[in-house]
Amino acid sequence: MRISRRILAGLATASLAVTATSCGGGGTSGSFDDTVTVGILHSLSGTMAISESTLVDTEKMAIEEINASGGVKVGGKSYKIEYIVEDGASDWPTFAEKSKKLIDQDGVPVVFGGWTSASRKAMLPVYESKDAFLYYPIQYEAQECSNNIFYTGATPNQQSEPATDFMYKRSPAAGGDFFLVGSDYVFPRTSNTITKAQVKQLGGKVVGEDYLPLGNTEVAPIISKIKKALPEGGIIINTLNGDQNVAFFKQIQDAGITPSSGYYVMNYSIAEEEISTIGPEFLEGHYGAWNYMMSIDTPASKKFAKSFKKRWGADRVVADPQESAYNMVYLWKQAVEDAGTFDDNAVREALVGQKFDAPQGPVEVMPNHHLSQTVRIGEINAEGGFTILEETGVVLPQAWNQKHPSSKGFACDWTDPSKGEKYKL
Amino acid sequence: MELLLDSLFNGVAIGSVLLVAALGLAIVFGLMGVINLAHGELMMLGAYTTYVTQLIFKLPILKPFYNSYIIVSIFLAFIVSGVVGILLEKTIIRKLYGSPLETLLATWGVSLILQQFVRSVPLAYGTGLVISLLIGLFLPSTFPYKIKESINFKYFKFSSWIFAALTGVLSGSLISSSVSKLSRASARNVDVTAPSWMRGQVEIIGTTFPKTRLMIIIITLISVIAITLFLNQSAWGMRIRAVTQNRKMSDCLGISTEKVDIITFGIGSGLAGVAGVAVSLLGSVGPNVGGNYIVGCFMVVVLGGVGNLLGTVLASFGIGIMTDLIGAGRLLSIWPDMPLPLSNTINFFATTSMARVMIFALIVIFLQFKPTGLFPQKGRMVEN
Repeated sequence: MRISRRILAGLATASLAVTATSCGGGGTSGSFDDTVTVGILHSLSGTMAISESTLVDTEKMAIEEINASGGVKVGGKSYKIEYIVEDGASDWPTFAEKSKKLIDQDGVPVVFGGWTSASRKAMLPVYESKDAFLYYPIQYEAQECSNNIFYTGATPNQQSEPATDFMYKRSPAAGGDFFLVGSDYVFPRTSNTITKAQVKQLGGKVVGEDYLPLGNTEVAPIISKIKKALPEGGIIINTLNGDQNVAFFKQIQDAGITPSSGYYVMNYSIAEEEISTIGPEFLEGHYGAWNYMMSIDTPASKKFAKSFKKRWGADRVVADPQESAYNMVYLWKQAVEDAGTFDDNAVREALVGQKFDAPQGPVEVMPNHHLSQTVRIGEINAEGGFTILEETGVVLPQAWNQKHPSSKGFACDWTDPSKGEKYKL
Repeated sequence: MELLLDSLFNGVAIGSVLLVAALGLAIVFGLMGVINLAHGELMMLGAYTTYVTQLIFKLPILKPFYNSYIIVSIFLAFIVSGVVGILLEKTIIRKLYGSPLETLLATWGVSLILQQFVRSVPLAYGTGLVISLLIGLFLPSTFPYKIKESINFKYFKFSSWIFAALTGVLSGSLISSSVSKLSRASARNVDVTAPSWMRGQVEIIGTTFPKTRLMIIIITLISVIAITLFLNQSAWGMRIRAVTQNRKMSDCLGISTEKVDIITFGIGSGLAGVAGVAVSLLGSVGPNVGGNYIVGCFMVVVLGGVGNLLGTVLASFGIGIMTDLIGAGRLLSIWPDMPLPLSNTINFFATTSMARVMIFALIVIFLQFKPTGLFPQKGRMVEN
């Protein structure tokens, strides 16, 4: 009995030590009147750690930048931002649990966190029941609009719809048939439902669709189906996740499914980070669609990439999810300063209408808690980046997709109490 | 004809990946009865060995031989995974023979340790560690008989471990200073690029086949033939079979069962390493690469009948061909005008994820009727 108690005590001290070291920010310097502590909640271990840790790095950088320029100014006082980083461990219930801890125990006014839709769905009830506020930075399938979440990633109409349009009308495979490939979970299936409706509207044809179970890398049956459905080449829309892309591109290249033989793949989950992992030699000539691409030639974009490299190493890259994460920290700061308080309800009200000169160009918070953004179509080049081919104007976010049969004709507006989460247009 | 050939090739290609992954397990689980959940991680070590070999062959001295790195890495992967397997047997599994549940938990723990190991230790030092393990484990056995029998042998053994550690550290730092990619730990998945002669496709009787797939089929074939010859023709193979059939009697007859266990486990683990080379050609190499195959491996071994290599071979090709038939909707092209309800059903299952569901369902049904698999083990072991 005594031993087990001792072990328990040891574990407790160990976990305390971990929490203590995970508190960042350092000591308060003299120039600030006070401090405010925010929560950062991403996976630092497990399968998602590779992707999500880049967001933690970006959010830390944004906070450091804000602190360096005088912190958050509320009611005539300047606050230094400190942060508590929690590990979601690639495990969705852990995200909910850690959210509770951040809100109840640490009393943070805001949590920046999440990557997968599964983690967001797990956290949503926590934030709604405690009326707290989560900022979520990833491009996702939409069909959700919570008063307690602020979404800075793209909705399908800000990524997949312009991309499908480009592929069908202006790509080298214009007018060709579509084949849809994705990992088997909610984002690819929802995204492909929208794509199918859109292709039908455009007058095109979807000749096949297949989903690979997560973790499975056997794509031989998919390749034979693609070859059967698109014997002369065509358009492939790819929503595969993570490593499955490596298996897919390695094997389709070996099977002769390449741009030179008339097959063009449009990718929704491959950004600069993934290109360097997969290898540009497998991806060259295929396409991607994002709001932010590292090759954007504006001072704001270059500054963002440069400061990230300076802070975290010259071999690091920035990509769309990181840009979203960067924007949300700044938008929160602006909203807090406008509201004049850290109180959630006031900040939420002040948030809508916030404008920010983001690395991708100007963005604005819409009444549905999503961002208006610019959409870019790029061709993957041999250097591992995108050659930007097209750039839309500012596209307004649709929380409820207008092409998806279940949400057509609905919208979301949190500024008008009579409308709310889902109202008929 | 072309369709049939295509389907057969695809089935064999999928099956051979399963087979090469399950072959080591068929030995460890089938012959020794050890439920080794770290089997996938031994594969992962093989895949990382391929990656390290590839980078080392990019060094100026070895550059002219770059095209052959994949052949070299097959042998290296066998050795690396084999050595780690032997260490695993000597330290953990040996104490747990006869208690499957504890073995299962212990090897699962080992699998987590190995995954975290490749995430947080620079690969160069990982290589150094494997080199020192290799020397430490095998150097003492090369000493002349006189020294081995002497009373001071433990000192010799100890000093050989010191030598091994030094060599390991030295080679680790040598690699880390010459290949910068290996000098830092990274949880990021890495990529093995097949040499140019293995990329693209070949044409056989009017249809085209990817070369990497052919390579995997060849690796698998050679492994199966080699292991069958070893088990059936060599003296140690005979001893392994003897111990499998009746451990106590073999012990009485003077077979060192301890040595047999080490060799069997070492070979099983080494084969996992070879499988790692094969899967590195198909996808990316990461800490979780082996874990994705572990369920499939057990499935194949159980379906084939525990302890029977031929069963494992037939089961993996069977599953491969079924996966292709169902997943790619082949039946529809063989019989295009089948009745509507039937074709709708087939279409429903003609996606990769539904095909998997179907395969698992079929296996469950099959095992209801033949719980011991295709070729159940006969002989004394069954009676125990």
